[in-house]
Amino acid sequence: MAEKAYGLLINYEYCTGCMSCEMACAVEHDIPVGQYGIKMEEIGPWQIDKKHWQLDCVPIPTDMCDLCAERVGKGKKPTCVKHCQALCMDYGPVEELAAKLATTKTKSVLFVPKSGVAE
Amino acid sequence: MTQRIDIPHDSDSSKEVRPTFFNEPPVMYTGGDVPWQWEEDGMICTRSAAWSAPGCHDGCGVIVYTDKETGKFIKVEGDEENPYYQGRLCMRCLDVAEAIYHPDRLLYPMKRDPKDRGKADKWTRITWEEAYDMIDEKFTAIRDEFGGKSIIFASGTGRVTPPINARLGYALGSIQYSYFHSGNACYVPRVAAANTIMGCYTCPDFSMQFPDRYDNPEWVAPKNIFIWGNNPLIANADGNLGHWVVDCMQRGSKLVVVDPRLTWLASRAELWLQLRPGTDSMLALAMSKYIIENDLYDADFVDKWCYGFDEYYEAVKPYDLDQAAEVCWLEKEDIIKASEMMAEQPTAVQWGLALDMNLQCITASQAVHNLWCITGQVDRPGGMITVHDPYNTEVWLPPDPREVFTPQQEKERIGSTYEMITNSGMVQCQADSMIDQLVTGRPFKIHGAWIQSTNPLACCAQDPEPRVEKGLKNCDFVVGVDCFMTPTLMANCDVVLPLCFYPEREGLRSVWYYIQNTNKACEPMGESKDDFQINWELGRRWNKDLWPGETLEEYFSYLIQEAGITYDDSRKLNWIYPEFHYFKYAKGEQRPDGQLGFNTMTGRIELYSLLLAQWGQKPLPYYAEPPMSPYSQPELYKEYNLVLTTGARHYESFHSEHRQMNRLRSKYPDPRFEIHPDAAAERGIEEGDWCWIESPIGRCRERAHITPIVDPRVVQADHGWWFPEADPEDQGEGCFATYARNINVVLPSECGDTGFGNQSKCYLCKVYKCELDEIPLPAPEHPKERFAEGSFRNFTYEAEMEA
Ligand code: SF4
Ligand code: SF4
Ligand code: SF4
Repeated sequence: MAEKAYGLLINYEYCTGCMSCEMACAVEHDIPVGQYGIKMEEIGPWQIDKKHWQLDCVPIPTDMCDLCAERVGKGKKPTCVKHCQALCMDYGPVEELAAKLATTKTKSVLFVPKSGVAE
Repeated sequence: MTQRIDIPHDSDSSKEVRPTFFNEPPVMYTGGDVPWQWEEDGMICTRSAAWSAPGCHDGCGVIVYTDKETGKFIKVEGDEENPYYQGRLCMRCLDVAEAIYHPDRLLYPMKRDPKDRGKADKWTRITWEEAYDMIDEKFTAIRDEFGGKSIIFASGTGRVTPPINARLGYALGSIQYSYFHSGNACYVPRVAAANTIMGCYTCPDFSMQFPDRYDNPEWVAPKNIFIWGNNPLIANADGNLGHWVVDCMQRGSKLVVVDPRLTWLASRAELWLQLRPGTDSMLALAMSKYIIENDLYDADFVDKWCYGFDEYYEAVKPYDLDQAAEVCWLEKEDIIKASEMMAEQPTAVQWGLALDMNLQCITASQAVHNLWCITGQVDRPGGMITVHDPYNTEVWLPPDPREVFTPQQEKERIGSTYEMITNSGMVQCQADSMIDQLVTGRPFKIHGAWIQSTNPLACCAQDPEPRVEKGLKNCDFVVGVDCFMTPTLMANCDVVLPLCFYPEREGLRSVWYYIQNTNKACEPMGESKDDFQINWELGRRWNKDLWPGETLEEYFSYLIQEAGITYDDSRKLNWIYPEFHYFKYAKGEQRPDGQLGFNTMTGRIELYSLLLAQWGQKPLPYYAEPPMSPYSQPELYKEYNLVLTTGARHYESFHSEHRQMNRLRSKYPDPRFEIHPDAAAERGIEEGDWCWIESPIGRCRERAHITPIVDPRVVQADHGWWFPEADPEDQGEGCFATYARNINVVLPSECGDTGFGNQSKCYLCKVYKCELDEIPLPAPEHPKERFAEGSFRNFTYEAEMEA
């Protein structure tokens, strides 16, 4: 992409596993059924103790993710970020996302997919 | 984006056509400051509201992209300016292109001789004029000979159909506005209960009544949100989007989830009450008792605005915590904590279908409803706001039958002896009575049926013997209106009218909070038309007064006339919100006569319901053990040793819709039931095994999903399955094999004593593995060739592509 790395910041405290990101990406990029530009993975559910359950949903960009280069070039948000029902996805330069991550109050993960690494 | 419009006061208003319930404040907020259509990169972008088909009845804001040169549909994206969902969309709307260009899509009206019902290769294409002439001729002949009462007009959930379906029937002279679900057990019982108790409906305050949403200075996030018998993230029920709950969580709201299953929201909740299915009213009554006895209720609100508190307290007194804990399979401490959280202000309650699918649904709804009343949450910011149809726009609720029928004629509505259904403003036939009447012809025969945007055989026809199908076979003439050939159309219909999708039509969306146009962005494919247009065109043949306007757009203008604008104005305004006021009951804004209080006989919220008493029902809530439970049927329970609850929703479908959409179906290809690992191990069941789910009355197959989210004593089974890939003709398990894997065949069609409610959420069953040869679906044999003469496929988009 450029000298700077770009990525997706996911707040997975709030990702509900709705798969809108998967579908938005697939229809935008005409990705075949069964393949993904981003795939939601569910971790759980299992019971940790009497009152606590492990259940997280985390969307993971694949090598087919181009970070919506065309859309972003036109000043739009990546389609997964725009349509995410929990509003838990953020796109931008890793520098900026990492700064947000540095003060996060909820479970988060920053992905830099293949298309986002610095050159 | 918001534009404020002050409406000039019109002292000599002669525009009213029906009793106005709400006189809206003279200010509206609109989206008139953004364009409704523009051009971008060789595409035309049309702002619209996605009111199915396909999809659901939320009407999220969308932008439809079409090709500037060809006018062809390209894609749908969310509308970031639209306050309702701010640019987000669920998978179903994102996948609309697949619906529009689906090979199975019906494109032309068709007819089939009634003697060939169920046959896949006996269809003939006809024109719309021929179809309308035929429907007109047959229905008017039936009406003239047997009376309008002998023709039913049925719709399902969603789409735009309930009001226009009722209106179409009324135009012909039929009062039989109906749907097929046992005990009318979807939303209607809760609305009826709310209307009865407080003269209006309330919704949890997620700020959706304000165009500036979470930024509105009057709004505060609910301190606590109860999610009771609902999985709103997926169900998005009744005009409320579930992910608003997530927005509120991000703004500090805490959750209490009352659900037999661990939903995602339950996993994030302060408190998850995993109650035994069917015991909601026990829990609510015990909470009430605790709240009252520990002085946690809002004494001032109760004193000023509620009626019958002393009697109510007497009624809840017997329900103590120990008993409730035992009956509901809960911990006493958790019930106490839930009671304390309910009493905090503001608390909002998102309730759901589980309360309807219970034979005691009215009393259960009453018990839960009273909780937010005695704790003073009503019409408080962040609490439970009172709602109504904006500008009395008839898009969500059906028209008043008294515009057309005399009270005497109204008595001919099927099931009108159930006073609760007849008098609570719901104006529907009682479904079980209607099904009985279709089958038996008593007390009078049903000769005709209009089935619009509903697929009852796949979605809500209960009983092992498919009585809905059998009953419809007794009709002389049945019309079906849908986008795809469904089991219902294949088995039962003589004329099929093809529906288009929302990007291809004009229309209005409205549920409670605002109105918006659905703007046509492209031409409908083939000769498909939309529900509004079909009913308006046909309805005008029967009664022009009920279907006014010389054009469809004039009819829409008629529907929104109380907003003081035309349909064309409304297009340019995008969304139109009447100004919302909190605490309406304290300002004389909740009653048509302008008095303080609520629109009930006593002017108060009736904790002791005078209307229920009048209708021969218990005026106060109570708990009764469900008739099919481990405790009420200890003998049966020895064999049918699991509690069965059904109908959990999934992101991939809207009830029986979307089964043919590859992108969605591939994510959830088969119906599943959820079973706890211990219960599965005891039965030798492994993940993905096809199993029989058998009740004392029937059995069906679904695939096991082993998960700890259900109690070991409970299984949850999916609903609404049919198989577009299976044989369209009935090979013993229904057209498109719809009864093979359909949980409704293990459930009875029986309602509670109010006429409302069924047992879909609480029954008994056993499960065991299928034999290998019991698993496959019947391969398509009929018609022998895909495009054989008379095949319905000749009138689909697939045939168009072939040609
Ligand atoms: S950024 Fe674009 S390409 Fe990457 S996952 Fe999201 S939608 Fe797909
Ligand atoms: S769209 Fe958002 S909430 Fe839904 S699965 Fe993807 S990241 Fe999670
Ligand atoms: S909830 Fe989903 S299907 Fe319904 S209108 Fe919104 S995006 Fe469309």
